[in-house]
Amino acid sequence: MDLFLKAFEYYMDNQSFFWNATRQHLVLSSFAMVISLLIALPIGIWIAKRTGIAQVVINVFNAFRVVPSLAILFLALPYLGLGFFPSLIALTVLAFPPVLINTYAGIRGVDAFIIEAAVGMGMTKTQVMSKIEIPLAIPAIVTGIRIASVEVISSATLASFIGGGGLGDFITRGFALYDVPIMLVGAIPVALLALTSESFWSLFLRRYQIPEN
Amino acid sequence: MTIEMISSSAETIETPVSESGEIVFEHVSKTFATNSYPAVDQVSVRITAGDLVVLLGPSGCGKTTLLKMVNRLYEPDRGKIWIGGKEIHTLPVNELRRQIGYVIQQVGLFPHMTIQKNISIVPRLLGWEEKRINDRLEMLMQLIGLPVSYLPRYPRQLSGGEQQRVGLARALAADPEILLMDEPFAAVDAINRERLQTELIDLHSKLNKTILFVTHDVEEAFRLAKKIIVMRAGKLVQYGSPLELVTQPENEFIEELVGSNNILRKLSLVNVNSILKARENQSFYTSKFQPVEKPSTVLHPEDDLRSVISLLLCSGKDSLPVKDSEDQLLGMVGYSDLREMLISNLPSE
Ligand SMILES: Nc1ncnc2c1ncn2[C@@H]1O[C@H](COP(=O)(O)OP(=O)(O)O)[C@@H](O)[C@H]1O
Ligand SMILES: [Mg+2]
Repeated sequence: MDLFLKAFEYYMDNQSFFWNATRQHLVLSSFAMVISLLIALPIGIWIAKRTGIAQVVINVFNAFRVVPSLAILFLALPYLGLGFFPSLIALTVLAFPPVLINTYAGIRGVDAFIIEAAVGMGMTKTQVMSKIEIPLAIPAIVTGIRIASVEVISSATLASFIGGGGLGDFITRGFALYDVPIMLVGAIPVALLALTSESFWSLFLRRYQIPEN
Repeated sequence: MTIEMISSSAETIETPVSESGEIVFEHVSKTFATNSYPAVDQVSVRITAGDLVVLLGPSGCGKTTLLKMVNRLYEPDRGKIWIGGKEIHTLPVNELRRQIGYVIQQVGLFPHMTIQKNISIVPRLLGWEEKRINDRLEMLMQLIGLPVSYLPRYPRQLSGGEQQRVGLARALAADPEILLMDEPFAAVDAINRERLQTELIDLHSKLNKTILFVTHDVEEAFRLAKKIIVMRAGKLVQYGSPLELVTQPENEFIEELVGSNNILRKLSLVNVNSILKARENQSFYTSKFQPVEKPSTVLHPEDDLRSVISLLLCSGKDSLPVKDSEDQLLGMVGYSDLREMLISNLPSE
């Protein structure tokens, strides 16, 4: 309890620093999510109809997944230098695989007879995609977004290592000073943010669900 | 010019069935790349507008392939298909599909859309006005016997039979001349299947659509069909009315199908209406329904009475000799014995 009290005191003394870091953290995470969605969603939809290419693309992105996020950050270092921008790129890349794979799997998972019914009724390819396949893939896609957003929010903490800012700054500072309460000032909000994002997308999914009986 | 117009309009009054529902296959063949044998082999057949025609044959004989070539889900390798006098490739493919109703075994209702949305898909694709769509929806729900309160529901909230009714309504939504149905009742339980079959017969007599209905179920085919196309290994074996198939089977395959040695089965396949229709064509009885006299029709003591009726009907006689294995005549048994047995109160054991 003492720890939390000390953490709170530290927060009270460094409010502007804290809110600045929080803003940076949010900006970094949400930019990374938006950019990766803008890229991974269309690619996922595009490869869903091209099974040959799909396997290659998925393997490439899965390879990124195996590399730990910290490693991605440091690998980016020599090429992109320090700061916000390389952090953003690293986090964007991190968010790719769940979004891409879930989009692909969601669209592939639509029953063949449903597509056949749609095509047989005279829908164009674009209509089948926009009216049938994507809406039916939404649960899978949103699950991918949910996983990615939690990963990105947690990993954004590491941006601090390469000068990207964010709540990780408290953790690195606490670490350097061997001061646990300072670390908590960074760690607790990150955990809360991750949880909030997780619940937001879960709620979204529940609202989207087709009613049964 | 004027005369032509008058005569053509008079014609439409006389023949309420629009000729645009006619389907003609000419030497249609299709071999899938993965197979060495053709899935559909040189099929030529003319389906009159307004008929309910059943494609019948064992699984894998090419029924679905033939059906899907009509709405161009498959393309034939060779041959041509016309609907209403137009070769199907002269139309843009989606335009063609929007004027052909399509019902499949798995129903294929869109699970994320309400019943209302599902049914109104083709009218919307065709750009109908809201008012026209809503009127049509109401009329269709009445036609398939479901309450309008079902419209805001989702497919998953309906039973299998109800879903297939909605599938039918969806296929009929834009009032197509032609309906393609691929084993639509195969996944429905027996009781509901029979109900759906009756409803389809009813619907067909009301709407006068050309219906091409695929099944591998002989009973279903004979129940529904005005005419049956029997297929085997991609080839058309025989095309005729149920009565014709039973009385004039083209070959052993058809005989087998209709129950060559079991006249009761044959009788069960044909309904009274077929007889009434055939009677209009007087020559039918004299030329085609003559009993085939089997010179050696005899009964054996161990024959059950069902086969006795069958043999009596086949022989065209009122009674038949009963002989034992040594060919000794044991007596005569005939219709009168059976009738007496059935109406007399048998002594209870
Ligand atoms: N999409 C397809 N690709 C390859 N072969 C197919 C395809 N559809 C059907 N076939 C083959 O064509 C033949 C006829 O199939 P089908 O028309 O489905 O028969 P039915 O509907 O009478 O059961 C079968 O040998 C089947 O394996
Ligand atoms: Mg089939």
